[in-house]
Amino acid sequence: MRSVAIVGASLAGVHAAEGLRDRGFEGDITLIDREASLPYDKPPLSKNALLDGSVDEELPLRPQSWYDERGIVLRLGHEVVGLDTSARTLHLGGGELTYEGLVLATGSAARALPVPCGEPSRIHRLRTLEDARRLRAELVPGRHLVVVGAGFIGLEVAATARRLGVDVTVVETAATPLNRVFGPEVGGWIRQVHERNGVDVRCAVALQEISVHRDGFTLRFAEGPTLSADVVVGGVGAAPQTGWLEGSGIAVANGVRCASDLSAGVPGVVAAGDIAHWHNALFGEDMRVEHWTNAVEQGRHAAGTLLGEREDHLSVPYFWTDQHDAKIRFVGRADAADDVVIEEPKPDALVALYGRNGVLRGAVCVRTPRRLAEYREAIRNRTPWEEVAGQFAGAGLTASTREPGSGQAVQEV
Amino acid sequence: MGYRMVFDRAKCQGYANCIIEAPEIWDFDEDEDIAVLHQEHPAEELRAKADASARGCPAHAITVEDVP
Repeated sequence: MRSVAIVGASLAGVHAAEGLRDRGFEGDITLIDREASLPYDKPPLSKNALLDGSVDEELPLRPQSWYDERGIVLRLGHEVVGLDTSARTLHLGGGELTYEGLVLATGSAARALPVPCGEPSRIHRLRTLEDARRLRAELVPGRHLVVVGAGFIGLEVAATARRLGVDVTVVETAATPLNRVFGPEVGGWIRQVHERNGVDVRCAVALQEISVHRDGFTLRFAEGPTLSADVVVGGVGAAPQTGWLEGSGIAVANGVRCASDLSAGVPGVVAAGDIAHWHNALFGEDMRVEHWTNAVEQGRHAAGTLLGEREDHLSVPYFWTDQHDAKIRFVGRADAADDVVIEEPKPDALVALYGRNGVLRGAVCVRTPRRLAEYREAIRNRTPWEEVAGQFAGAGLTASTREPGSGQAVQEV
Repeated sequence: MGYRMVFDRAKCQGYANCIIEAPEIWDFDEDEDIAVLHQEHPAEELRAKADASARGCPAHAITVEDVP
């Protein structure tokens, strides 16, 4: 193989490039992205960088010299508009690029709010450095921010905005924050963290419309009073950016359909990061994971597959989210759990375990990272639920067994 | 040729990704909310985990140095 094109100069894309060079690949590598900035790191955009204003600077993952030293060509500010897999050619806004190997790493984009909102461009979302800069400029003390959607990004923005002196209300259709990801028990605990820090959390409310006026916004709900806001952030999840693959012969269904080694069903093409919907043989399930560590691991693994290694990508997903002073870390999967146990081992700390079909499947740990490391190994080893739950004891223990099949809806993250 | 772990404690932000990736090499101080390097010179068979812990640190606080 003499040339590899990587579409998406994302975390996954950069790690794919690094993975190719680390394996001794000496051909051309071209990283292409529609954004003009050097590839940057996204987690700080809703946390520290939004808080301290460093979003106004560059947040590069690697300096320019890193790419130069490795002979990795950056084509930034170039939109890829189409792909011809039989001619192995990418169509860019102003030209073409042929490749022998191709890595699909275009990530995901914020979903639009599913209600009428007058001028959608005035509703903030948070996905890119530019989004974070625009939002930062509006987070002025004393203003009222309404965050629509109590998912990870919405809750992180809510926490950061409080620290900047902004009044914050979060509105959510589900019964608790992060209900779909963690279930109602942990979701309720996270709600209390926000309320203790002065966030007005309103769950089980159905937003119907946002009207825009000169000085701000009015949000109307199916029931109850309206809310007025100076700033509105939409945090209703993300969708994989696969529109440009239409007609290319790449199978797309909730992301790029990949085999267990991340190959994308067409010779010479692999996918990595948020857009890869692959078969994770460790869980025996198809999944798509929108988190930082997954992008790093998959970028690297996809590089190996492209070079002929063809190994299964076996992964226990891991991620973190920082909200106020709660550092929430999670391994595995919490969706569709039959069994849940929760312990509060010390003040402001939490451990929750999730089981399904008699096997440990996921763990949430707040302020207890050492136990998180143990549970990741236990999940990887498919440890029986009875064994893990049997050792589980401590203050504030609650346990619940759910009716099989009554767990949360399918988790996308 | 061996290797050694280099930990820039000032950069650590308490993500704990390192102990997730390589619990043999890393420990964590939960009161101070900071990683603790448990093994500066891990065994050769831990090299892949050592590299993964460096790659997995969002704060870029970890490097793995080759030593002759």
